[in-house]
This record gives sequence, C-alpha cells and structure tokens, in this order.
Amino acid sequence: MKRFIGFIKKEFYHIFRDRRSLFILFGMPVAQIMLFGFAITNEINNVDIAIYDKSNDVTTQQLISKITSSKYFTNKQRIHNEAEIESVFKKGKVKAVLIFEKDFDKKLTKNHQATVQIITDATDPNTANTISNYVNSILKNYQQEKNKEVKLAYQIVPQTRMYYNPELKSVFMFVPGVMTIILMLVSAMMTSISITREKEMGTMEILLVSPIKPYQVIIGKVFPYIFLSIINAAVIIVLSIFIFKMPVEGSLFLLGLESILFIINALSLGILISTISETQQTAMMVSLMGLMLPVILLSGFIFPISSMPLPLQIISHIIPAKWFIIILKAIMLKGVGISFIWKETLIILGMTLFFMGLSIKKYKIRLE
Amino acid sequence: MSISVQHISKSFKEIPALRDISFEVKEGELFGLIGPDGAGKTTLFRILTTLLFADKGTATVAGNDVVADYKQIRNSVGYMPGRFSLYQDLTVEENLTFFATIFGTTLEENYDLIKDIYVQIEPFKTRRAGKLSGGMKQKLALSCSLIHKPKVLFLDEPTTGVDPVSRKEFWEMLKRLQKKGITILVSTPYMDEAALCDRIALIQDGKILQIDTPETIANQFPKKIYDVKADNMYLLIESLKEYSHNHSVYPFGEFVHYTDQRDDFMPQELTAFLQSKGLKNIYINTTQATIEDAFMELAK
Repeated sequence: MKRFIGFIKKEFYHIFRDRRSLFILFGMPVAQIMLFGFAITNEINNVDIAIYDKSNDVTTQQLISKITSSKYFTNKQRIHNEAEIESVFKKGKVKAVLIFEKDFDKKLTKNHQATVQIITDATDPNTANTISNYVNSILKNYQQEKNKEVKLAYQIVPQTRMYYNPELKSVFMFVPGVMTIILMLVSAMMTSISITREKEMGTMEILLVSPIKPYQVIIGKVFPYIFLSIINAAVIIVLSIFIFKMPVEGSLFLLGLESILFIINALSLGILISTISETQQTAMMVSLMGLMLPVILLSGFIFPISSMPLPLQIISHIIPAKWFIIILKAIMLKGVGISFIWKETLIILGMTLFFMGLSIKKYKIRLE
Repeated sequence: MSISVQHISKSFKEIPALRDISFEVKEGELFGLIGPDGAGKTTLFRILTTLLFADKGTATVAGNDVVADYKQIRNSVGYMPGRFSLYQDLTVEENLTFFATIFGTTLEENYDLIKDIYVQIEPFKTRRAGKLSGGMKQKLALSCSLIHKPKVLFLDEPTTGVDPVSRKEFWEMLKRLQKKGITILVSTPYMDEAALCDRIALIQDGKILQIDTPETIANQFPKKIYDVKADNMYLLIESLKEYSHNHSVYPFGEFVHYTDQRDDFMPQELTAFLQSKGLKNIYINTTQATIEDAFMELAK
C-alpha cells in the first residue's frame, strides 16, 4: 500500500510540474464549452433578408412587419425588380428574398389565394431550410389569426410541443456532447501519454526490475487522472448550469456517478492505447485519431445515429461515448433515474471491464 | 555462484546479438564485461535482469532462474540501465524517496550503504534530476539502484559520458560497495576500467573472447610489444603500416603500440626504416601489454 501511495505521489509531481499540460487539461474544457455554447449554434438569429413587394398594400405591409419584427429576420433592403434578386445573393448581402405578388391583398380577398415566393441561398442547405421553415410558420400564423372568424369545413390543426427543450436551444445538445468529448480525450490521452512517457524515458525499465506490480503501476497512473477528470466534469456541469442555463432535471448524484464510470472507461481505453504504442507521439496520434473522430461523428452528438447507414449505426454501438451521451441527456433533460438508463450504464461498465482486462493482459512485464 | 550464465543465445529478427555465452560470477566479485558498442552487453544485462527472454540457454541470478523466478530477481537486484533513466522532473531527493518506497524501504534504513555517494549529491538534493551534470546523474542513479541493498548490482555502462575525475570516483565507490558484499556486474567500453575489475570477460559481436583476471589476460599477450614514438604521429602510423613485417599497429595515447611478426625482431632495423621515411626523434622501447592490446589481438 505504501508502495502504491508513493507511486501516486510521484504521478502528482509529474502532473503539477508540467505546467503546459496542466493548462491544457483545465483550459481546454472551459474554452470548448464556451466555444460550443456561444459560437456554434444551429439556431438562426437576425438573418438578413431582402423584400420585393410588388403590391405594397395593407396585407403585405402587415406581413412584412410581422416577419421583420421577429428576432429571426432583419430587413436588410428592399428591391424593386427581378434582376436585383440574383445580384443581392451574389453579393452575399442576404440569405433570403421574399417576393409578394402583385395585387396581393386583392387576390387574397377575391380569390382567397395569394402567393409569396421564398428564395433562399442554399449554399448552406441547413440554414436555407431553417429559414424557409421559419417564414412558413410565420405566414401560417398570420393566416390562422385571419381565419379565426371563418369556419372551414375540414381542418387539421397540429399542436406541436417540444418536450425537454421547448425553446430548442442547441446548447442543450452541445453540453452533453462536449462533456463527453472532453472527458474522453483528456482522460484517454493523458493516461496513454503518461504511461508511454515512462517507456520513452527508460524509467519503465527500472519500474519493471522492481517489486512494484503491473496493476499497481496501472492503477497508480490512472488514479490521479480520475481525480482531475472529476474536477473537469464538475467545471463543465457548473459552467453549463450557470452560463447556459442547462437544466439538471435528474439527480446530480447519479450524474456524478455516471460521469465517474465514463471517466474510468476512458482511462482504461487510455491504458489500452499505451500498451500498444511505444512513444508519446504515437499514443497522442492514436488517441486523437482513434477517439476524437468517432466520438464526434458517430456518437450522435452532432449527426443523428438513426439517419446513418446501417453499417455506421452498428459501429456506433461500440462507441462508449454514444451511450454516455444518451445517459447525460436522459439525466439532465428528462430527469430520469437509474431505472431508465441501467441498460446504457451496464454497457459502459461492460466495456470498461473489457478494456481493463485486455490492458492488464497486454501490459508487458518485459521489454518484448 | 552469484550469477551463472549457460549457453545463452539471443537474436533480434535474423541478427544475432548473443552467441552461446557462458560465464559465472562469484559472490562478492566485481566482474566486468568489456567490449565495444554493439557487442551485446546491454542485451545480456536485460536477459539477466529478466527484461528479455533468451532464445537459448539458461541463467540464474542469486540462485533464481531468470525466467521462472523473475519476481524474486526483481526484488533482490539493483539495475542501472545504460541510458539515464530517472525521473527528470523530480528532484534528487524525490527520486531517491520514490525508489526507496517502491522497494519497500526508506532512505534512512539503508543510508550507510549509499552515504559515501549520497553526500556528494546531497548539496543538490532539491535540484531536479534533469538539471544535474553527467557525473551527478550517474551518482544519483547508482544511489537509486542501491537504495534497497541489492544482493547483485547490474551496471550497464555507468561511466559512459562521464568526465575522467567522476569516472575515477565512481570506480572507487564500486570497490567500496564490493567490500560490503555486493556482487557487481559492470559493463564498459573503456579498457582502462577493465584493470579495476576482479575478473573480466572480453566480448565482441555477441561472443566472449576470453574470461580471466585483467592481469592474466594482459600477461598472456603472446608477443613482445613496443612503444613507438616520433615527431610526426600520422606519418609514423602510416609508415609502420607499410612496414612489411608488422603484426599490429595501434595508436595508444602518445605512443603507437607495435608488434612484429618475427620472434627475432631487432628494433634498430625498424628505426632505420622509419628514418628512411623521414621521421625524426624516433623512440622504440618494450612495454607491458594492456587489456586493450589483448582485446585488439583477440578481436583480430
């Protein structure tokens, strides 16, 4: 036991004396969460549009003011002929152009039909789609207000409610994802680097020719990082609660336990990486390439898994991050207890045991 | 026997590093493995310290088999690898304390064993190991490998890259440790250090050329050896190599060590030859053969 404590003490010396790594360790989570929270977002706000109003009557005035007074759109300019449409798009001044046809009001009252053309700049398809949806719903809204007095023969009224994230804030989606990425990267990369450093510096040779046992080395390496990663997870949760108003509907205690489980999972992956790589460089490349990409792309963090092709869906099952994101969202947004997420928890636990067993088996007690 | 090596062979991919090596080291002996870089010294050390498997042969250290009883060996030997392998970001004292702890002992418990060495680095005990000079590093590494009072000490090229004064001090320390009953196996590429060992094994290309006491090896040198000196060293070597009766010509400090093929060699004859080559101040005298001469002769 004394041996083990001595080993852990040494690890903490390494960590605290390497100022640069320590800065990355704690700076990265804060920087990432701020970046994702503030800069990267799916929502549209203050999109510049141009309006070509051919009729210029009461109804079009009302509609235009309704659209531009929403926080989503800003009327950047009015245009007066067809030719200008192309040119404003080419100049990149606006993302959409709305065209109201001639005699809009007249047609509406007489024929009960009038058209608005929505032209969007689809160089960015997601934004284009969102813009058109938003304009559509504003128009529909207006129509419903107008039609209040009139009874239609048949009418289907959809009533949509967005559960768990009524305002559709994208930060609710990013926080669990970013937390997963950071915990995975920091834990796995840091442990794999710290073990391979011993190999590279030759100190592993001395450790091997000593009574210290492989499991003591491994646990001794992992222990300080469990501690640091828990602090990291706490920082992320506190930041997202206080700055981004991320709710934690479920138990904070359960959230903590699940995070620790995931941290241990990432650490065991880190050990596994260190058993197969000889230098710090390789360990870092393997952790970055082998962990970061799958975690970002296949965990359901950014791209929904259900819309991936089948082979990728199958691969996504073996990515621990996927299960952890499900757990995080369930606890934070839906406020469920362990009875709803025991399956995911068991999967992560199983993977952790598997990685650990494999690393202890692959850990070399000799130099070859 | 403290160390016993029987017919050890080892290859890395197709390249043989050790070929059928056998020797024994007695208890309390200071045994030297003398040979150039790439002779297989480090590989042999790693096999004996249980870090590598031999392809063929067996070996025991302090009565334990290097394969079957590797755990006991790891408990009871001290190992100082050829490359400085301590924690550079830890201070002198922290390194010592760490190695003491993992061997289940304390700095105080075996202090008198390392005292002679440690007092020299103690003034720097709060300095980080990476910032020490070469000699200091070696002293620290030796202290760390001694901290648990090992029965057998393995030192792989401990004086490579160390200045002559520190080298001398280092060997004095080894002698003192030997008196305390520790068996020491040390490797070195420096022939002058060989004379300080009880017995040595000359090793080259993974083969042992000879095992004996340094004196015997030097005395067994089959030829009469001459110190030759002249005003132009370069021309002297060139001329000696040209001389048709030469057996060996090796520069050795300020002299050239020369042996002749003939038993009835007359130095005057050589002086005349060298003079004809335009050399002046020619000095030729018999001298004692050294380990280096023996090694060169054997390695021929």
